[in-house]
Amino acid sequence: MTRDIAVVAFAQSDILRTTEEQSEVEMLMPVLHDVLDRTGLKTADIGFTCSGSCDYLAGRAFSFTLALDGVGAWPPISESHVETDGAWALYEAWTKLLSGDADTALVYSYGKSSPGSVRDVLTRQLDPYYVAPLWPDSVALAALQAQALIDAGDTDEPALAGIGTRSRATDNTRAQLRGSVPQGDYVVRPLRTGDCPPIGDGAAAVVLAAGERARELCSRPAWIRGIDHRIEAHGLGVRDLTDSPSTRLAAEKAGAFERPVDTAELHAPFSSQEVVLRKALRLDENVRVNPSGGALAANPMMAAGLIRIGEAAARIHRGESDRALAHATSGPCLQQNLVAVLEGDPR
Amino acid sequence: MPEVLKAPLVVEFPFTRSLGPVQSAFLTGLRDRVVLGVRTGDGRTLVPPVEYDPVTAEEIRDLVEVAPTGTVTTWAWNHEPRRGQPLSSPFAWVLVRLDGADTALLHALDAPGPDAVHTGLRVRVRWAEDRVGAITDIACFEPYDGDPAQPTGHSGEFEDPVTGIVAAARLDYTYSPGRAQTAYINALADHRAVGERCPSCRKVYVPPRGACPTCGVATAEQVEVGPAGTVTTFCIVNIKAKNLDIEVPYVYAHIALDGADLALHGRIGGIPYDQVRMGLRVEPVWTDGGRYPDHYRPTGEPDADYETYKELL
Amino acid sequence: MSKEPVAVTGIGQTKHVAARRDVSIAGLVREAAGRALDDAELTWADIDAVVVGKAPDFFEGVMMPELYLADALGAVGKPMLRVHTAGSVGGSTALVAANLVAARVHGTVLTVAFEKQSESNAMWGLSLPIPFQQPLLAGAGGFFAPHVRAYMRRTGAPDTVGSLVAYKDRRNALKNPYAHLHEHDITLEKVQASPMLWDPIRYSETCPSSDGACAMVLTDRAGAARAPRPAAWMLGGAMRSEPTLFAGKDAVSPQAGKDCAADVYRQAGIADPRRDIDAVEMYVPFSWYEPMWLENLGFADEGEGWKLTESGVTELDGDLPVNMSGGVLSTNPIGASGMIRFAEAALQVRGQAGEHQVDGARKVLGHAYGGGSQFFSMWLVGSEPPDA
Repeated sequence: MTRDIAVVAFAQSDILRTTEEQSEVEMLMPVLHDVLDRTGLKTADIGFTCSGSCDYLAGRAFSFTLALDGVGAWPPISESHVETDGAWALYEAWTKLLSGDADTALVYSYGKSSPGSVRDVLTRQLDPYYVAPLWPDSVALAALQAQALIDAGDTDEPALAGIGTRSRATDNTRAQLRGSVPQGDYVVRPLRTGDCPPIGDGAAAVVLAAGERARELCSRPAWIRGIDHRIEAHGLGVRDLTDSPSTRLAAEKAGAFERPVDTAELHAPFSSQEVVLRKALRLDENVRVNPSGGALAANPMMAAGLIRIGEAAARIHRGESDRALAHATSGPCLQQNLVAVLEGDPR
Repeated sequence: MPEVLKAPLVVEFPFTRSLGPVQSAFLTGLRDRVVLGVRTGDGRTLVPPVEYDPVTAEEIRDLVEVAPTGTVTTWAWNHEPRRGQPLSSPFAWVLVRLDGADTALLHALDAPGPDAVHTGLRVRVRWAEDRVGAITDIACFEPYDGDPAQPTGHSGEFEDPVTGIVAAARLDYTYSPGRAQTAYINALADHRAVGERCPSCRKVYVPPRGACPTCGVATAEQVEVGPAGTVTTFCIVNIKAKNLDIEVPYVYAHIALDGADLALHGRIGGIPYDQVRMGLRVEPVWTDGGRYPDHYRPTGEPDADYETYKELL
Repeated sequence: MSKEPVAVTGIGQTKHVAARRDVSIAGLVREAAGRALDDAELTWADIDAVVVGKAPDFFEGVMMPELYLADALGAVGKPMLRVHTAGSVGGSTALVAANLVAARVHGTVLTVAFEKQSESNAMWGLSLPIPFQQPLLAGAGGFFAPHVRAYMRRTGAPDTVGSLVAYKDRRNALKNPYAHLHEHDITLEKVQASPMLWDPIRYSETCPSSDGACAMVLTDRAGAARAPRPAAWMLGGAMRSEPTLFAGKDAVSPQAGKDCAADVYRQAGIADPRRDIDAVEMYVPFSWYEPMWLENLGFADEGEGWKLTESGVTELDGDLPVNMSGGVLSTNPIGASGMIRFAEAALQVRGQAGEHQVDGARKVLGHAYGGGSQFFSMWLVGSEPPDA
């Protein structure tokens, strides 16, 4: 299998606490225009389109059908949708390019967390018989994981606070939170406000292209050297919450350990999860972790994982990275993880 | 720009969940104050018992009783309980490995404060007074300094097993339809139908959705259409919908308002249902306080020629 | 670089019923998946990745159920992907899984689609009371019935055609042990005497609401060589989408459907579908959609589809059998319905369709659609591998 595929463009909206003045399609459409403008492509030039979103965030079945209005799917397009983070939509599109069915792909995802209570909404993804009836919210589950890390001696509260502070010291103007943010009170102990992601709305889009097409569309394509994703058992009580074997395995399959990366964009919605991911991915101090601010600066559900890939690629486009790792997660306490390794041509 | 509309949206349903044999035994056991686990092929005991081995994927059915006492493996202090959670006063979320089990169960721990909780704490089940065969039959855990309780040697067989649960779920949202639809809905308040024209293909969309779906560009130019229109196609509804107070039979029609480039949907009245036809010219009828026309009635004009609306079908 | 040929070597489904009260959601899905593995004589360890599809999460009230299903589907430690493309999802899911093999990302992939409609009520899920929006005036049938009327107006089809389809599909279902509806005393008169729900659609011309799951094992050439039973080979597969509602939409014969079929035929080298394809399993939730899709898929000229139905061509022993399994009209676990169509096509070319086998079926089309007749997914499978 030898077909080189690259991220050739990335765009995202400003990530905001609320976008109630816009419908989902009104929020998404400018991002689609932006990403296409960066390549000069039109919808009709795109070989395959894939999106990621979630009905449970919108509170409406088939919510993705309305977002399709922003794409301009006419004449009809080759298109698919995943009910999860857009990083998995990108994976699906990557396989489509790999098989030779398409030479270019548009991948987008969006999510509005502002209409509902995302902490409660996420309880609906838990075991519907034994766990969901207890309504353990997403912060509570992350806090159980954080305490396990503290008990194991992997971190402590000051170290966790440092992760939040470092993340938000970003120059990313799209991010929802930037600069100094008080660490705040406990939300669910041991996690404080500063350890938790902001709740917000946003959209992101990426264009993929294969081979020579990628070189035509981008002066320094971010070549996907490997991409893989793995899932773990669902029950929190059967997992070692201080480790992420699925991340490690995905990274191994994606070739992340073959050579060091200079940059890592990690989808760690909670500061404690960065600790787990750094360990699983064997990232040391030489790696720039989340220069974009990561999910602690902006966490638009369903887009935050795709944004990690986009941010890593954009750094390669700009010549700020030569080999970057991007990670996305889904499910409670990092149940499912995706790792992509991106490289620029030698400078 | 006028302020966008907002309104509460409640998504609520009592889901009826059938359990299958393993989950049925576990929840029935809780009803009878017995905690069951399930044994895997390699001898581990999983509590709560799952139907499929997370390691080997094998189906597992070998039920085994464990103690209602155990050890906290991790915890998190929840000082602000949320709707639906097991306790309404501050509590700790805990993963508890029950004595005899190899995996941990998620639940709440009633404790006076975070200083009273630590990993390794010994706890026991506090049973709910009214037990129905649900995970909430465990009211919570409580600290416990006695010896491990001894299982009674229950077989996992029950006289009248619980085979299903009703899982009520309510989520509250604040819905906003966005800019374009807000403008449309506000105009309807004045009994005007205002669509938007695509700057590229010039088609007029009613109701507008903020984007031209074929061109993928924003629509903004407002265009008033109607009020009259043409029935392009329809069906006669003979079954009463649960949520609607409309006498059957009635006609549900696609109506192309004059000046619009696609049809919207409405009910036809003021004419016997079996006389409605494609091409019928209709106009809206409003009732007091209605956000939408109550129905459309014939205008009395001659029917539209098929050729004039066949593209709008 | 050519694609890896994709073979179907395992197929499993549940007996579809109104309510499977004896199993959990995982138990339902597992039953179909286990049968597909048994058919392929593989174990969980032989599966490289799992691709799951279903319609909206609100139907069961479980958000992203793939997370909870990871254990039951043997996906722990493996890639697991979830697809959702409305009613076409069962077909799309199979195509996403097939592409993993075609792209040589994985050798053997398990794909599963399901719906356990008895956990809630599909109409509830489909008509959540969105503020400011006009409530749905007429239920699912009311959405489709006006398009049926438009088809009748356009083609002059006699109003008995819908009942012929329903009568045929219900009789075909009697030969399929997995079908939901087994109406042993069905007669054409009974269909025609059933209540008119959404005129022109009668009760007997509508689909049931089912609990059910369907699964397939997809594998590469090497996997097919090891398979104990004949494989079905994917000769072409495609998805097409168009917007939900737009000026100029042809709801009777959507362009996306035509384009999707054309893409599949191009891949498979089909010059004349009516001549080159032996049977069709298509997504017909209301009986009139059979003649409509016959035209949309190029088996009949525009306006002529109903004549194939009326003349018996689409009967099980006709020249172009349609919906041999009994179709969606006899079985409708929404999220799985598309995959059941794809699986039936594969069963036919494998010669494994039992009593509803079409003799000598070598090339069969599986078809699914969803949303407002806007999402299409199709595959054409054959008894022989594609030309190298």
